[in-house]
Amino acid sequence: MSAARRLLGQPWLWAWLGALAVWLATAAYTDGKGSGEVLSAALTFGAFFVIVALGQMFVITLGPGNVDLSIPACMTLAGTVSMKTMGGAAGMIPLGLALALAIGAAVGVTNFALIRLLRIPPIIATLSASFIFQSAAIWWNRGLRVKPPQPLADFTTAKIAGIPFIAILVIVLALVAHVVLTRTLYGRGVIAIGQNMRAAHLAGIRVERIRAATYILCAALAGLCGFLLAGFSGGAALNMGEEYLLSSIAVVVIGGTSVAGGFANVPGLWGAALFLFLLVTMLNTFGAGAGLRMVLTGLIIIGVIVAASGGTRKT
Amino acid sequence: MTNPSDPIIRLRGVEKSFGAVRALAGVSLDLAPGECFGLVGHNGAGKSTLMNLLSGNLRPDSGSIEIGGQDVTAGYSPQVAVRHGVRCVYQELSLCPNLTVAENARITHPAIAGIGWRRRARALIGEMLDRVFPGHGISTDDVTGDLSIARRQMVEIARAFAVTEAEARVVILDEPTSSLDSVAAGKLLAHVRRYVEGGGTVVLISHLLGEILGTCDRIAVMRDGGVVALDAASGFTRNSLVAAMGSVAETAPAAARGRAALRDSAPKVVEARPARPETLSLAAHKGEVVGLAGLSGQGQTELLVQVFDHAAGTQVGGKVALVAGDRQSDGIFPLWSISQNISIGSLRQFLNGFLLDHDRADAFAEKWKERIGIRTPDVFQPILSLSGGNQQKALFARALGAPADIIVMDDPMRGVDVGTKQEVYAMIRDEAARGRTFLWYTTEMDELRNCDHVYVFREGAIVADLPRAEMTEERVLHASFRADA
Amino acid sequence: MSGPVSPRLLRSLLPPLSLAAILIAIFYLQPRTMSYFGLNLLLNLAVPIALATIAQMFILCVNELDLSIGGFVSLVACITATWLHDTPLLGVAALAGLIAAYAGLGALIHLRNLPSIVVTLGMSFVWLGLAVLVLPTPGGKAPDYIRALMTLKPALVPFPIIAAVGLALVVHLFIMRSAWGTVLRGAGGNPRSLERAGWSLLRIKMTMFALAGFFGVLSGMALVGLTTSADANIALRYTLLSIAGVILGGGEFVGGRISPIGAVIGAMTLALAGSFLSFLRLNPDWQIGAQGAILIIVLALRVLISRAETRT
Repeated sequence: MSAARRLLGQPWLWAWLGALAVWLATAAYTDGKGSGEVLSAALTFGAFFVIVALGQMFVITLGPGNVDLSIPACMTLAGTVSMKTMGGAAGMIPLGLALALAIGAAVGVTNFALIRLLRIPPIIATLSASFIFQSAAIWWNRGLRVKPPQPLADFTTAKIAGIPFIAILVIVLALVAHVVLTRTLYGRGVIAIGQNMRAAHLAGIRVERIRAATYILCAALAGLCGFLLAGFSGGAALNMGEEYLLSSIAVVVIGGTSVAGGFANVPGLWGAALFLFLLVTMLNTFGAGAGLRMVLTGLIIIGVIVAASGGTRKT
Repeated sequence: MTNPSDPIIRLRGVEKSFGAVRALAGVSLDLAPGECFGLVGHNGAGKSTLMNLLSGNLRPDSGSIEIGGQDVTAGYSPQVAVRHGVRCVYQELSLCPNLTVAENARITHPAIAGIGWRRRARALIGEMLDRVFPGHGISTDDVTGDLSIARRQMVEIARAFAVTEAEARVVILDEPTSSLDSVAAGKLLAHVRRYVEGGGTVVLISHLLGEILGTCDRIAVMRDGGVVALDAASGFTRNSLVAAMGSVAETAPAAARGRAALRDSAPKVVEARPARPETLSLAAHKGEVVGLAGLSGQGQTELLVQVFDHAAGTQVGGKVALVAGDRQSDGIFPLWSISQNISIGSLRQFLNGFLLDHDRADAFAEKWKERIGIRTPDVFQPILSLSGGNQQKALFARALGAPADIIVMDDPMRGVDVGTKQEVYAMIRDEAARGRTFLWYTTEMDELRNCDHVYVFREGAIVADLPRAEMTEERVLHASFRADA
Repeated sequence: MSGPVSPRLLRSLLPPLSLAAILIAIFYLQPRTMSYFGLNLLLNLAVPIALATIAQMFILCVNELDLSIGGFVSLVACITATWLHDTPLLGVAALAGLIAAYAGLGALIHLRNLPSIVVTLGMSFVWLGLAVLVLPTPGGKAPDYIRALMTLKPALVPFPIIAAVGLALVVHLFIMRSAWGTVLRGAGGNPRSLERAGWSLLRIKMTMFALAGFFGVLSGMALVGLTTSADANIALRYTLLSIAGVILGGGEFVGGRISPIGAVIGAMTLALAGSFLSFLRLNPDWQIGAQGAILIIVLALRVLISRAETRT
């Protein structure tokens, strides 16, 4: 009885139930044909969503006003630079990966420097910096689409027993993130800062160090995602990060993390990522066009925060 | 319709409690037209609660409020107060910093609208400023955020006295001269007299006793949520006011300490100085309990945070932990359990390599729950399930449990019941005996008796340095109030 | 208030000085732009951007942020190029409905105490989706009267300059000078004291969001008047441009400190920055990046100035 109640209280439950419902509805519509393939695709695309959402989750958990809008530009920059550097050579893969992560870290350092030194609100800091990263990517890319090294492409599309390898990798990554969030000084610090920054400082938490680490972590994960996504889709495209801006925030919010900060959970990210992908698939199957899909996605995001916000203003 | 000698405001048995704390214990007062009514008392005596009730920001738990013979208790609010001509100048300024002086006048005087409103707003506030503070040097087109605090205060006061459609029958001034220099303060008090002689009513709250004695017709002294003395101003002297404000007698002489010798023998672990030109500096020796006294908000918290941050200019020999007094804004993590709130101060102790051992953290919290007597079935309950006093105990547990040599406490007993206080006092003495050093900011006289040494703060500076043997309530009070009265 | 130039004056001069600097640089690089037609061409597209910037300014004034204004302007453009052209009555009703939707958004954000960033982020999906539904492929046609208005050739002064000056003055008179506008701005400065004085914050927020919707509608219509046809992605850049424009113009994110004249100047500066960079023969790849850099530089200058301010 109390176990059931505890289950119902889990913040990630609704995202998973939503994903399941949407998948079943799609399967029912197609009489179960191809629903295995749909699930496999959802795991692959969901994996990419989860990588960036993990970083965004840590940033959003830092409290109101904290959000990283430079994720798409960072993905694009890391993807283009690493693809071009590797030039399709298999031996260069470790260097390419290191480069993608380093670019991400540099982006994070830049973002935090703007926030801290110029006292620009994170939204505007990450936004204006993202213009520069995007331009750098355009400039570096020069309209070329360099193919990823074959082993990388194989790796991102490989399957083990029908399960995409990349999904397994990201599940492990999510487990690590879960441990970091719940069982390290850093994770505790992030959650404390999100609840009350001043109290966190007065409780002896090194607030600025943790904020810096969080923005760097988020950008590094975006760099990793850019690298893998470029490998998966046959090269880096300049608009490859576009849909990840809104999705990264949507996945975090739908997954049950508090937009107001101070409360986060990792399992919800996977549920929400699968839900978003399966929702689009379902609407596609039902024959809904791109327009309707976007309208519904937007309304669902708003519906989730209205439902999650709970309290009304006292006046 | 109303007799001019009838009271304009009549309070009958007004009570107000916040949780377990009784802020007002049945106050009855009559305010007559044409009088200046002074209100004095130590911190927490209930003055600001009374003022917030009069201005409609708080509702009484019981009792009634009448204005001009009309019972307004039900549905009383700031808007209703303004409609009845009750104006209030708050201590925290309520101007819009992004608007000009004239535009701010428009905000509280909705009647100023339509063509030419700006001219009328300028005239209204400008004339009133000229009348109250001649030679003020403020332009009505100045943006208020750019003005000095003193000038903002002048604008705020002039706006409260200004009359459009809504009349100003009662003006409540809460520490109006705290940010004014003595010349401007004198002008204000002269205006208060003129206004009162013209039939208006002023409620004046001030810590400057000379100001109160020289301006008011009647004075009420508050203590512990009640009015303990009420008489014509001529019936009081500075000394009799101070005497009335203090508690009846030293309730119980604190345990004989015999620790004065610490100053000579133990090493000095803290030395700090407020960032003010004329100030004494504060020193604390190992094992001492050092009190920071004075009225609230005189720079004590700032100094404690300076020590906590090991800020430049302070010498701190050891790790510091802090007990917050303002629980909501400085202490509690509202989404966490009691255990998480206690263990956050000493997480490093529970590391196994990189990972936190939750079991050890919980056992630690459980141990402190027992030691400090937090009333809860288990430490996994949300922190907000606790009463204010028990939340405060959790914050004490956080700081005392942390591996800190020095513990700074920022008026930590606000809203804590008497029983809890005694338990915590004993614990502080215990810990001090084990060699920990305490810096204890408190506004309560009883708590100062637990200190080995007391520094009195006024206007950001330390103005008195009293060893326990020389500390009396009277000396602390006298040092807390400016001598220019 | 010491020294030859007070930091505060410097601060208020920053936007016009930036605009002047960029104009002079353009004239120097490309003297042919210093003519009626040259200016017309340079500043044409600044008009819808300025309108969107004013819309964003109303939202920022009450301490919120609108990340959906670009999608909204796109939707308006699509409606203008289709319904308003083909069935004017339906078009007008749709546009009025959109303004009402904005007011409702303001009420929702205020009553439920929601973070405006996330709500407007969600709305940006909705507006864009609706735009795709209204106009699935680029096309449509601007109503003739809008086209005629946007291509006016008045004597002596090019139309975009007249439009920009007119817009700045009208909004300035309303929000900075009128008794009503004063209350609206006060809600950004000290909401608590406004409430104590008996004003309704709900009504104020709804008004400000409705005003933003209104100017967003004007922006979309002006844009279609210039481009003659629309597509669903036509104005997505406007979200970022409008925020940047307000900030460049001296506005702040919180505290109700705004300046409509500054916002229009900021929008024009950003619109000109693109032309300037192309005249500079700067690699077009760096166009967007340079806009980001300009924004960062201006914000950095502002931090320096306000540091000087606290020192004096």
